[in-house]
Amino acid sequence: MALLEGALRVNLLANSRSFYKFTSFVGVRSLSENVSSKPVTSSSPEVAGDHVLYTQEHFALKDSLKKLIDQEINPHVDQWEAEGKFPAHKVFKILGSAGFLGVNRPAEYGGLGLDYSYSIAVAEELGNIRCGGIPMAIGVQTDMTTPALARFGSEELKKEFLLPSISGDKVACLGVSEVGAGSDVSSIKTKAVRKGDEYVINGGKMWTTNGAQADWMCLLANTSDGPPHRNKSLICLPMNLPGVHIARTIDKIGMKSSDTAQVFFDDVRVPCKNIIGQEGMGFTYQMLQFQEERLWAVANVLTTLDIIIQETIQYTRQRKIFTQPVLYHQAVHFRLAELQTEVELLRSLLYHATALYIKGNDVTKLASMAKLKAGRLARELSDSCLQYWGGMGFTNDVLISRFYRDLRLISIGGGADEVMLGIICKYMDTLPRK
Amino acid sequence: MSGRVLVGVKRVIDYAVKIRVKPDNSGVVTDGVKHSMNPFCEIAVEEAVKLKEKKLIKEVVAVSCGPQQSQETIRTALAMGADRGIHVEVAGKDYETLGPLQVSKIMAALAKKEEAQLVILGKQAIDDDCNQTGQMTAALLDWPQGTFASEVSLDGDKVKVVREIDGGLETIKISTPAVLTADLRLNTPRYATLPNIMKAKKKKIANVKPADLGVDLTSRLEVLRVDEPPQRQAGVKVETVEDLVGKLKETGRI
Repeated sequence: MALLEGALRVNLLANSRSFYKFTSFVGVRSLSENVSSKPVTSSSPEVAGDHVLYTQEHFALKDSLKKLIDQEINPHVDQWEAEGKFPAHKVFKILGSAGFLGVNRPAEYGGLGLDYSYSIAVAEELGNIRCGGIPMAIGVQTDMTTPALARFGSEELKKEFLLPSISGDKVACLGVSEVGAGSDVSSIKTKAVRKGDEYVINGGKMWTTNGAQADWMCLLANTSDGPPHRNKSLICLPMNLPGVHIARTIDKIGMKSSDTAQVFFDDVRVPCKNIIGQEGMGFTYQMLQFQEERLWAVANVLTTLDIIIQETIQYTRQRKIFTQPVLYHQAVHFRLAELQTEVELLRSLLYHATALYIKGNDVTKLASMAKLKAGRLARELSDSCLQYWGGMGFTNDVLISRFYRDLRLISIGGGADEVMLGIICKYMDTLPRK
Repeated sequence: MSGRVLVGVKRVIDYAVKIRVKPDNSGVVTDGVKHSMNPFCEIAVEEAVKLKEKKLIKEVVAVSCGPQQSQETIRTALAMGADRGIHVEVAGKDYETLGPLQVSKIMAALAKKEEAQLVILGKQAIDDDCNQTGQMTAALLDWPQGTFASEVSLDGDKVKVVREIDGGLETIKISTPAVLTADLRLNTPRYATLPNIMKAKKKKIANVKPADLGVDLTSRLEVLRVDEPPQRQAGVKVETVEDLVGKLKETGRI
């Protein structure tokens, strides 16, 4: 089978002396013998009319984004993973110019004013990037730092921070988690004390994705001494202000191409007008953003899980043990069938929740369930598949090991599994009563 | 000059898909397989849109011949900047036997009808690798042709075309109306940006039947059989040149 695709390619290559544009084509067909021609990464029909959520526009959007990823991002992923950083300004500018960073943001700030199903389509397509770090960084830019700003921020603030974030000219990061407070958001210690018409900020943030490259931070800080759910505010903080120290980038076991910073604030002064919406409402605004964040994470990982299964099938089909392909051993193909089934179940939950959300429903319970399942399934699937790669799976030369590391974060970040369980129990009314 | 450019776009199996031959050897599997615009057609569309942006031409019309799904390919061209589309409906058996001869007749008829100044096509399609449609269209119209174009400069009613040929590069100057075919290095196609994808929804795609253009779709070819290339056999290592010659003689290669 190796020559079959070779035949199509060689003809092209013979006629055109440069392969630069098509090297990515050749690279895609790496492990080639006896492979099926149906690497359908999603079992959702490609025909727009039949899809439960997507129209032809959604598919056109996905196609365009996939092309961008294939040409501008994937060829460099290995290098950026090795370097521990990807060029956020460069990549975000490319995405922003093509309109992908503000899909459901207002048109007057450069967004497209489309509904959330388009954001989910973008999230799904970003799962084609061959690492977890870059989609995560993009997700922070599009769906974690800007929802509150877009909804509650002043005109001036939106012009200064939202518009350039959508165009890809400014890189954003989210300052919520701290060394002493991750899941327990209400116990953050960073303070913003009002002095005249400025806030003076002291404290620090941890686990800040894009932190080392960001132009501004969506910062959650205590702005008064009230009850912990009502004394916090969201502030747009330029990262180049005196007193903002990027202490270090954290050396993580995965998501290597995404820079994650620890930041300190030492008497940082920011104008009071930089507050998003009402003072004291920060915690509430932050909570509102979470449904979208969680659904986004689920959409993103589903494509990646499909890719992992497909690549595992390809690998095990050509790898022989005991005279036959690894894939032919029933334990293997049966297990992959089980895993694919779970992926489809999660996909259905995602579309169900998204459809309800677009109609204006509160999908907190479903979104939390989806996030919980996404984290656990990602671990289970990447672990099972890695096993089938044998020794090769344990090397850094293959994609499976990178995703094994990258996907482990899903159960921890963006709302740990335990927090998800707590939310679901709250909706099921099974928590201990006071 | 009309300032109108016709661009042909073909819907083909996506380049990244692994092709499989049907069990009855009558063709390749296309059902449920991802399709997209032929890469060389993308380059053709990009060139036409660039000419419009430079204000050298006025209108870009994207044409595709095929079943319903060809409209998606036209939409992609519209999202890249084409102004309107023409979908020539060809389905079923006719579509299976549709080849360069039939398409070039259609393109020639449309070029006359639309009074096109230029017809730009991809140099070949990645499914059949024919590299014939452009040349046949030019012949049917009795128009000059600039094929394997890696550079196009339009100046009044003349076009300067730099062609990629085996010996290097050849520069020709031809009069319009003319047919050009796009080669790999002509340009880098733009991504259809989201705003343009949304705008493309409002652009018009006209429906036309080959009979309306007076084109006979009968094929002169019959596909007898489609096979995969033979499996690549393992090689043999030899120690010396003498061994190599000996082995080659042994297996009847020389």
